[in-house]
Amino acid sequence: MSGLNINAITKKFGVFAAVDNVQLNVPHGTFVCLLGPSGCGKTTLLRMIAGLEEPTSGAIVLDGEDITPLPTHKRNLGMVFQSLALFPHLSVGDNISYALRIRGASREEQKKRVDELLTLIHLPGFADRPVAKLSGGQRQRVAIARALALSPKLFLLDEPLSALDAKLREAMQVELRQLQQSLGITTIVVTHDQREAMTMADLVVVMGHGKILQAAPPIEIYRKPADAFVADFIGITNLLPAEVDSAGRTTILGTAIPGLAMPAGMTKASVSIRPEDVHLGEPAGGAITGQVSFVRDLGGTIETFIEVGNTSIVAVTTPRERHDVPVGAKVGVVLPPESCVVLGS
Amino acid sequence: MRREAPRSLADYTPLFFPGLMLIVFFVVPFSTMIAVSFFKRNPSGFYTPDFVIDNYARFLSTFFGGVLGFSLMLAVLVAVCCVAIGFPFTYLLTRRPRRVQTLWLVGLLSVLSLSEVIIGFAWSTLFSRTAGITNLLVAIGLMDKPVALLPTFGAVLTGMVYQALPYTILVLYPALVRLDPTLLEAARTLGASPVRAFFNVVAPALRNTIVATLIMVFVFALGSYLLPQILGRPQHWTLSVLITDQAIYQSNMPFAAAMAVFLVLISLALVGMTLLVGRRENAL
Repeated sequence: MSGLNINAITKKFGVFAAVDNVQLNVPHGTFVCLLGPSGCGKTTLLRMIAGLEEPTSGAIVLDGEDITPLPTHKRNLGMVFQSLALFPHLSVGDNISYALRIRGASREEQKKRVDELLTLIHLPGFADRPVAKLSGGQRQRVAIARALALSPKLFLLDEPLSALDAKLREAMQVELRQLQQSLGITTIVVTHDQREAMTMADLVVVMGHGKILQAAPPIEIYRKPADAFVADFIGITNLLPAEVDSAGRTTILGTAIPGLAMPAGMTKASVSIRPEDVHLGEPAGGAITGQVSFVRDLGGTIETFIEVGNTSIVAVTTPRERHDVPVGAKVGVVLPPESCVVLGS
Repeated sequence: MRREAPRSLADYTPLFFPGLMLIVFFVVPFSTMIAVSFFKRNPSGFYTPDFVIDNYARFLSTFFGGVLGFSLMLAVLVAVCCVAIGFPFTYLLTRRPRRVQTLWLVGLLSVLSLSEVIIGFAWSTLFSRTAGITNLLVAIGLMDKPVALLPTFGAVLTGMVYQALPYTILVLYPALVRLDPTLLEAARTLGASPVRAFFNVVAPALRNTIVATLIMVFVFALGSYLLPQILGRPQHWTLSVLITDQAIYQSNMPFAAAMAVFLVLISLALVGMTLLVGRRENAL
């Protein structure tokens, strides 16, 4: 089978399981983002794929070949480290051609490949510069080019953009995604930035406590989070308690939501609804009534915070559709049932 | 922080103490030595102030030239051996858990508390025929009968490397601890075996540290005068041994001073050359 298969991989440090029985299939050419808070095991998983960490049990299969027993240098992969790990004593060109030199490529081959890669990363003519003279974004590109020098089967990146400032990071995300698509290379990126994952990935894998909580395309993760942790981690969400009342209707904060059905046999659950799906209106029958506690007008969007009892609901609207709701005003909050995701108790 | 040029005398006060120490413990003794090296020897007593270059002229003989050459060769060899052993050792040590590192470092520091005399006699026992390590080799059947391993050049070299190795490791340790471990991992993901990655990446990244350590051990080894006498034959004696001999046993202070000045100048020249070569390579 083509692609990468991670088969029941476990990594224990002492009794602590950093990665706990993880199962994942990555079809050839897929861009995967491993996403999660620090300490969730995503970096350990990546390092096991790279062979820098030995799994306690399980197997890693690449294009049908079990690569678990292979040492790192025989796995044919490219990796970009968080620190970039550019060799400080080598020039840009020598950094990029390092893997080729190890394979015993001729000088002409090396030069040709370096020029190709420098063009690919939009830094033509940089081959003779010392690494220390590059800007943050340029170093980033050189690290990417170095990892791709041998056209590896697998491209791994460990928090590659975390050292860049916000604007450059966003630009590099787009560039990295376009590069990956043009090369068609199976790519795995570790990140804790959900925006980064949404921008680049075909498949987002949300991890927590060493386990995969949900693996799905980004928009599915956003629209249909598997649980409260995923819903909260991916973007901003409202997590509201839902109950089935004596009449059999589903209620949120004491107000019945017609059309919202709980799974059979459940009487209590959490409901996730994205802020842009929350509608504000007049405090009238059928709507949840609350009081505006804060308004954050960002120009492009307006975030309205509403207190309902002890619960806070946030609604995001554009200025075009905004109702005039000053702080302290009573508003009606409408939760469209088709936008509500029932997460279980 | 803004840096201003010092204006008043008071601005220079922080320099007074180090300046004073340098004058009292370096400039004055060294100047005295240079002065003495031009004095005339008085065979019946000590020396009389004069200005003669006989002491330097006497030094420029094949015998003393040979001793100087041997001393420099020995010091270079000790420095190279120390770094060749100490660098991989320290590198592997920094990959161990913190507790293991501390234990090793404390052990190494305790070696520093041994005096050169104790080290010398300990090794002379270990290399002896009657109680030495060859007896162990006989016991496990690798040798027919115990032999004396001293006085030999190998014994001198072993003793001096043993003495200088803790210093080497202590100097290398901070630089190796700070080395980014992902440099090595990056080399491995690019297809380098661990050994190759070490020589391609770790060693060049720390070249300045290695050069500095080589110089330090070289200078350290140049001053050794007890171990060559305890573990070697007279042809293994270094210039430092001859200086001691002239100064203390022959009461020829001026000649001893001349040799010492010569040794300092030659070592400074060598160190300077090493740094110059290092800088030129850096510029490439």
